[in-house]
Amino acid sequence: MHWWLPPKASTFTGPIDGLFLAILIITGIAFVLVEVGLIWFVVKYRARPGRKAFYTHGNTRAEVIWTTIPAVTMVALGLISNHYWVQIKGRNSIPPNAYPIGVHAKQFEWQVTYPGADGKLGTADDFTVRNQLHVPVGRPIVVQLSSEDVIHSFYVPQFRVRQDVVPGMDIKAWFQATVPGTYELGCSQLCGLGHYRMRAQVFVQTQEDYDAWMKQAAQEASQ
Amino acid sequence: MTSVAATAHGAHAHHDDRSFVRKYIFSTDHKIIGIQFLFVSLFFLLVGGLLAMQMRWQLGFPGKPMPGGGILPETMAPGGVILPEYYIQLVTMHGTFMIFFAIMPLLVGVFANFLIPLKIGTHDMAFPRINMWSFWTFFIGGLVMLSSLFVPDGAARAGWTMYAPLSARHDYSGASIGQELWSVSIIFVGLSSILGSLNYITTIINNRAPGMTWFRMPLSVWSLFITAILGLLALPVLSGAVIMLLFDQIIGTHFFDPGAGGQALLWQHLFWFFGHPEVYILILPAMGMVSDIISNGSRKPIFGYHSMVFAIVAIAFLGWIVWGHHMFVSGMNPTLGSSFMVSTLVIAVPSAVKTFNWMGTMWRGNLRFHVPMLHAVAFVAMFVIGGLSGIFMAATPVDMQIHDTYFIVAHLHYVLFGGSLFALFGAITYWYPKMFGRLMNEGWGKVHFWLTFIFYNCVFFPMHITGMAGEMRRLYDPNQYTFLQPLQPIRVFISISAFLLFATQLIFFVNFWWSLWKGKKAPQNPWEDNGLEWSLPSPAPHGNWERVPNVYRGPYEFSSPQVAEDYLPQYKKLPTDREPAAASAATH
Repeated sequence: MHWWLPPKASTFTGPIDGLFLAILIITGIAFVLVEVGLIWFVVKYRARPGRKAFYTHGNTRAEVIWTTIPAVTMVALGLISNHYWVQIKGRNSIPPNAYPIGVHAKQFEWQVTYPGADGKLGTADDFTVRNQLHVPVGRPIVVQLSSEDVIHSFYVPQFRVRQDVVPGMDIKAWFQATVPGTYELGCSQLCGLGHYRMRAQVFVQTQEDYDAWMKQAAQEASQ
Repeated sequence: MTSVAATAHGAHAHHDDRSFVRKYIFSTDHKIIGIQFLFVSLFFLLVGGLLAMQMRWQLGFPGKPMPGGGILPETMAPGGVILPEYYIQLVTMHGTFMIFFAIMPLLVGVFANFLIPLKIGTHDMAFPRINMWSFWTFFIGGLVMLSSLFVPDGAARAGWTMYAPLSARHDYSGASIGQELWSVSIIFVGLSSILGSLNYITTIINNRAPGMTWFRMPLSVWSLFITAILGLLALPVLSGAVIMLLFDQIIGTHFFDPGAGGQALLWQHLFWFFGHPEVYILILPAMGMVSDIISNGSRKPIFGYHSMVFAIVAIAFLGWIVWGHHMFVSGMNPTLGSSFMVSTLVIAVPSAVKTFNWMGTMWRGNLRFHVPMLHAVAFVAMFVIGGLSGIFMAATPVDMQIHDTYFIVAHLHYVLFGGSLFALFGAITYWYPKMFGRLMNEGWGKVHFWLTFIFYNCVFFPMHITGMAGEMRRLYDPNQYTFLQPLQPIRVFISISAFLLFATQLIFFVNFWWSLWKGKKAPQNPWEDNGLEWSLPSPAPHGNWERVPNVYRGPYEFSSPQVAEDYLPQYKKLPTDREPAAASAATH
């Protein structure tokens, strides 16, 4: 049973898991501070006969301290997060040499279009497979997302990649898988009664295996 | 002292000759309207809970016949086994009922109505008839929403957020009348909130008692005032969007249908432009009432009153510029994501200020753990968890992983249940004597509190873990995914805890009803509080005061060295106090 984020299988796992851990530490400190403080106060200052509470309306220095510390922490966190956000999702983040794969979502399946031997989408040798996403390992992949009907969401937990697929929009998302193996692509946006079963298999393969699979699959698709 | 006695006795003398219908049904009395909201929204809270229980059955025991599920029709649960199309109706209607018909009316409908005139010292709302309509439009909206559960093809099924085009086109969702009834109902609810907000704002600005300056108002009134401003500005946006949605559904427009030139993301922008201020509508009143209760329970002035007011204003202001954090992965321009991330993270600052000030209030206090205080302290403890877990989603790269998973489900329930609902249990117990003249049972109140606190955490804390593991929300059966199958024991644990949590709420309901007739008779000021409402007998009479009281000080003068008791009401005149300037000019 997992008690942590899913296994790591893409280059995004480094920054995202690192950031997750950093936030967990920051919030963990705040959490312990507040909860232990509360329990301590609850025990220490419980009502006892003949005692009167300390009469005060506050303390400006305390207000300044507990306004400034969270403010500085949050702005710093924002800057660090943005650094990675720009790398992962920024407008120019997609590597120019990324290998293109078309993913067309419809209620309730994923239609994956491969570029064929020429490595380009939109040419005659493209072919489409249902609910199977094959990607070569160690190479940036750009998925070109489109939807037939409603909003779906492309989510591979082990890659830490998620992007809504919106009808009427052509959205590109990229990732680079690092560990060969079999994973699952799920729809993470409620898309109708079959939402729960809108899943595809993801196969991360070595370049040779991928090329061999593509050759065979292209042949099957053309028959 | 004379003014206390005079007002209390004066109220008794007030003669009430209204008919039963004018008094209890089409009432214009703010207290009766508040109580009407209370009964109706507690009923909807129960409905929302029952829907959640069915979801938890399916998630814990997928495919097994639900006990008592045999009464459901074949189209929902043949033989008691929940169908996918029924499950997404449950998801949708649970969220809808809880947000629009339970938490929001409980906080605003009940307590803005009941507390504002009593706490600022006036006879009623500025517009009592508009106030009556605010309740009845809400009631109609509620009936429409409830009826949608019983139409042939079922209730709305696009999630409470109604993302278009799933919600806009019936061939996508599979529901038709249900979707349309949802839209109609929400238009009524929006109208109700707008009417209410208008009233609360006007009343607070114009009808404060002599000496009730802005910075002598209790934080509950401050938060309800700011909430009303949010409501007045946000609900029209929702109403407009829902009217567009309804047009798409019934008269063939295509605002949200990209196939015909519409924009799917337009709905999300409109919805969340309303939706995020709405989140603060759902928590600010809770924060305000918790502030009142913690100060009372600690027998100490609220720590940093002005900071608390400014924090409320800051949260409300920031609430308008963060809606895009619901849309980081929606396909919105990622550069916008950066700015929404920063504005969202900044909200942690006023939230932290409030938390530390609540702790500062308890520090060196003389804490009385009456039932409202238990709930108020639990509110702080749980709100902190909900607030901190929000930071994970605010950081855009992390949101890529946990967006739309059970992590967000955990987060929102820590804020709405751990926060708002705990505050509500506390507030209902606290003001119950002023509503009904009797106290709720203390012992059962404590049993209810502790069991709720334990089971609540058993239900929602493990959701953080399944969310981190990648479990998507709104899945009918997560076991479809191989990587989610090992989490089934956690889901079973959550479900069993949820059933126990629901059962525990029966204690509250029984205590509530039983105390109406059999509860201990409440004295005038059972909690030894400072607010103006405690100068009235319990229950507070129609028209409140014959002559409204004068206000001599702020609302949190506990343990003041000026008096021997540990509380000093706002309406109590000490020999050193001067009459407020407005008192002589007032026409009351």
